[in-house]
Amino acid sequence: MLDWMNRFPQMNEETLRNLKRVIDDAFREFTRSYGAMIEGFFDPLRQMLVQAERLMLGMPWPLVLLIVGALAWAGSRSLRLTAASVLTLAAIGYFGMWEDTMRTIAMILVCTLVAIVVGIPLGILMARSNRVQSGMNPVLDVMQTMPSFVYLIPVVMLLGIGRVAGMIAVVVYALPPIVRLTNLGVREVDREVIEAADAFGSSAWQKLWNVQLPLALPTIMAGVNQTIMMALAMVVIASMIGVQGLGQPVLRAISNQYFTLGVFNGFAIVGIAIIFDRISQAFGRRLQKHRGGIDA
Amino acid sequence: MPEPLGIEIRNLYKIFGARPRDHVDAVRRGMTKAELNRKHRHVLGLRDISISVEPGTIQVVMGLSGSGKSTLIRHINRLIEPTAGEIVIDGQDVVAMSPAALREFRRHKTAMVFQKFALLPHRTVVDNVAYGLEVQGVAQDKRHRAAMSWIERVGLAGYETRYPNQLSGGMQQRVGLARALANDAPILLMDEAYSALDPLIRYDMQTVLLDLQKEFRKTIIFITHDFDEALRIGDRIALLRDGSIVQEGTGQEMVLHPADDYVSSFVQHVDRAKVVRVASVMQPVTADAQGPAIHGQANLGEAIRMMSAQGLDRLTVLDQTGRAIGLMPMTRAVAVAAGAS
Repeated sequence: MLDWMNRFPQMNEETLRNLKRVIDDAFREFTRSYGAMIEGFFDPLRQMLVQAERLMLGMPWPLVLLIVGALAWAGSRSLRLTAASVLTLAAIGYFGMWEDTMRTIAMILVCTLVAIVVGIPLGILMARSNRVQSGMNPVLDVMQTMPSFVYLIPVVMLLGIGRVAGMIAVVVYALPPIVRLTNLGVREVDREVIEAADAFGSSAWQKLWNVQLPLALPTIMAGVNQTIMMALAMVVIASMIGVQGLGQPVLRAISNQYFTLGVFNGFAIVGIAIIFDRISQAFGRRLQKHRGGIDA
Repeated sequence: MPEPLGIEIRNLYKIFGARPRDHVDAVRRGMTKAELNRKHRHVLGLRDISISVEPGTIQVVMGLSGSGKSTLIRHINRLIEPTAGEIVIDGQDVVAMSPAALREFRRHKTAMVFQKFALLPHRTVVDNVAYGLEVQGVAQDKRHRAAMSWIERVGLAGYETRYPNQLSGGMQQRVGLARALANDAPILLMDEAYSALDPLIRYDMQTVLLDLQKEFRKTIIFITHDFDEALRIGDRIALLRDGSIVQEGTGQEMVLHPADDYVSSFVQHVDRAKVVRVASVMQPVTADAQGPAIHGQANLGEAIRMMSAQGLDRLTVLDQTGRAIGLMPMTRAVAVAAGAS
């Protein structure tokens, strides 16, 4: 008698099976008809990834260390941070992970760039309209919580295994923080300052460019920082669909139980994460120096 | 220098809420602020405001917080959209302007100074002062020259490369004032511009404004909650309460003839010797009017000091042309200064 209470009244199995098949067939059809076109659309990004990787691998290692050191110094003016960044990178190289690290850095740089180019305008749109904001929020939630493998299935079907699919996986995961923090930063700008911009007859563009973006910049930089961190967190997953770099040795270590290989590469990822984090935060703080009352 | 412009505010209403237009008629028929809030969940901002500001004068709008004074000043450059009414400046109704026309109007006809300064924190003093000109599209070297001369004029020379946060409140407001003046607009809107400043600095800034006004003769709307400030600055004062004008006139009119108890409560602590002009309380001139004289626009305090210094019991009052127009006895001067009508 209580049987109906113990079994959830689910859809007829036959219907469910048909539903899944219809969707699968439709998507496969879509892939066949538009796959080439979509691949063509993403080709510039693939080119960019290849070029970035070639650049990072082609650069003599002392030059890479010099650039990282210079960036750390420009951002922080701290000898300690500069030395720590250079030494960390040198140690990673000394333990035989230079090439993989360069590949990963190239990937992260391109992914972050794409996330910024897509994310900041989206964040601005969200800040300008409550309707866009309430529409975007659930989408961002999905991007952050949906297991990557789920959206990798259609991506791999459309674009095949490789760099571009990996980049899409990384960008989808790393995009939300920059969108959200751009939105927050622009919305947080002091109302009276916005009024002042209006009172002097600023156009929408002038207001955005002269007031809203500069004042939101520290928050946006926090978003960039988060985006870099999340992109690094995706390195291993990206390696599962053929992205080269520090993720692949980790993957090999998991399947073969190579403890040391895993630990070394894991720490290399942590190492460059900390370098990126500290340098981007230092730049973020420099942008706020006018708030601290330091003489310019 | 641009010609001063008058401001004509006619029957201005502002109701805040979801459907403000639906309730204008009810308010016109006399629905009170409390009633509107209780019955329709709308807030009455301004009720039937009509003010005519003469070109080149300082109109103070005075009221306590929540009286609608900041709402009113924001209607003049339409930072707030009115629910009904018109604001005519230079023959144009600001309320009816298109967005592009409004932008041009704001760029060239008005400039605004804010209570919390509202400077751009990421820009140096000179770039803040030049902001209005930058928006107008003036070339960099030209706008910097203009900005520098205004920075000097408000007494901030040497600070032009500082950031706002490195300056004190009084100095920041000088930047705010210079920014507004650099626009070279005939109308200056000052929203509680000095309320956040210490009393002494506030007095200094009032002096700066009055000195500038002698030179540039702008039409100034000055918002304040401080009656002493209103009396010192304003050619005319409008007293606002719950979104309506309670009384409008010169400071002296308000002090001598307050319209109701609410106005009286504001004016009772005023130092009448500083506000009341000799000409408004003098006695009729007699044939034998002669001896030491005083100008009719001098205040009672000056008259009393002059008489006591010279041991006189009355003064002859003169007009602009030097003609005798009345008598000011010591007894009368002291009585009015002490509160008699």
